[in-house]
Amino acid sequence: MPNILDIRRRIRSVINTRQITKAMKMVSAAKLRRAQERALAARPYAQMLTNVLKSLVARAEIYDPETGEPKHPLLAQREEKTILLIIVTGDKGLAGAFNANILKAGARFLESKAGKNIDIEAIGRKGRDFLRRRYPAAAIQTHSLAEPEELLEEVESAARERAAARQITGEHIGILGKVEFAQASALAESVIQRYCREELDSVYLVFNEFKSVIAQRLIVEQILPIEQIGERAVRLAEEMTDEEKKRAKEAAVSAGAGLRATDGSEPSASQFGTSQVDYIYEQPPAELFRALLPKYVSIQIFRALLESVAAEHAARMTAMDSATNNATDMIDSLTLVMNRARQAKITKEIIEIVSGAAAM
Amino acid sequence: MAEVFQLEIVTPEKKVVETTAEEVQIPGKNGYLGILPGHAPLITELSVGEITFRENSIEQKLAVAWGFAEILPNKVTILAETAERPSEINVERARQAKERAEQRLTSGDTAVDVDRALDALHRAQARLDVASGK
Repeated sequence: MPNILDIRRRIRSVINTRQITKAMKMVSAAKLRRAQERALAARPYAQMLTNVLKSLVARAEIYDPETGEPKHPLLAQREEKTILLIIVTGDKGLAGAFNANILKAGARFLESKAGKNIDIEAIGRKGRDFLRRRYPAAAIQTHSLAEPEELLEEVESAARERAAARQITGEHIGILGKVEFAQASALAESVIQRYCREELDSVYLVFNEFKSVIAQRLIVEQILPIEQIGERAVRLAEEMTDEEKKRAKEAAVSAGAGLRATDGSEPSASQFGTSQVDYIYEQPPAELFRALLPKYVSIQIFRALLESVAAEHAARMTAMDSATNNATDMIDSLTLVMNRARQAKITKEIIEIVSGAAAM
Repeated sequence: MAEVFQLEIVTPEKKVVETTAEEVQIPGKNGYLGILPGHAPLITELSVGEITFRENSIEQKLAVAWGFAEILPNKVTILAETAERPSEINVERARQAKERAEQRLTSGDTAVDVDRALDALHRAQARLDVASGK
């Protein structure tokens, strides 16, 4: 017969655990809200930048009129020999399968590109730890974005010896708490430099896209070369399952987090640069285009980071919600077992008394 | 009432300004531009510097680092990489950044990327200027 005291202790410990998971859920919900707001705040800029670039494409003769070849290196396609894969995970665990899923998608992508040289850049502690166990670090590492921008020294373009076909060229940890545009920009700049020196032939980003709590996708997006401005070059995408959606929705409702999408584009933003007037260009359009294109890469990376942060909080909120529910279930069943044991004990005592009395 | 236009200043992190203004001065790549209502449509790249705008006759300043602007007769939209009000500027950090940049420029080391150091210097200087209200 189970000991009543032991069961009571276990119940108490599960209640404590439930308290913690519940608190973590609420904290994640609050952080999610903030992350969502930041993702939303980045939209107008991205939208306007895209519009201007699109209108410049038309005016600046970016594509050679005869051959259709783009004149800008960031648009030019070349044979993929070396690929850069940027994997965005979280710094912390306890977020359900969030990190594992991203890494799985990353691994699948690596398989699909077998036989090519792949540089890997890890953003987030969880991804870094996982990748480090599998792939060697490159001789030259890019600067961690966690360091202030002003401290960045120029990376000399020494001809890199590859440590292996797949190597880690950089890791960025502890930046996800507060993602700044300057960091995304610094990463974009280093990527563009490497791309322009032809150390890289294409750049992909693996991250968890986040539109709202119930509309998330795990995607592999090609960010270089830019195929078409304003169109996202998604190579692999994994939608949420209905089960995941249902759980996420329940968690969001119980934590009081909104299901509002972060997608709605602003009417004023979408008009930017699209007026049907003849603008005076202070600089030649081609020059403007060259200046703006790198920013387009930056904003894409920035958006990926912001969305990934939001997705991480959402995943943690969902995970903690189900942990809380599981704890409640466990408390219920333990209470039942305890009551049964208590009943059994009382019954046994009565029987003992009765049989003792009968024997007299 | 004086003639006004709409003014929007947007960074990747947030919308910094959304207002109506009577005048704005922006640091164009080829020099400062003063914009009044009814300006011809114009698109320009911005360099590092300060934006000054007048709203209800009150002058306000912002430090900006790189961006671009679309100017229409009744509307000015500025996309800036950073745009900070004087109260948001971390003076200490800007001063340190400036010192670092100066050190690198005067070190005579050939490995120094001069463009980059100059850029950092200008950014820091613009921040300090705006913060001190010059």
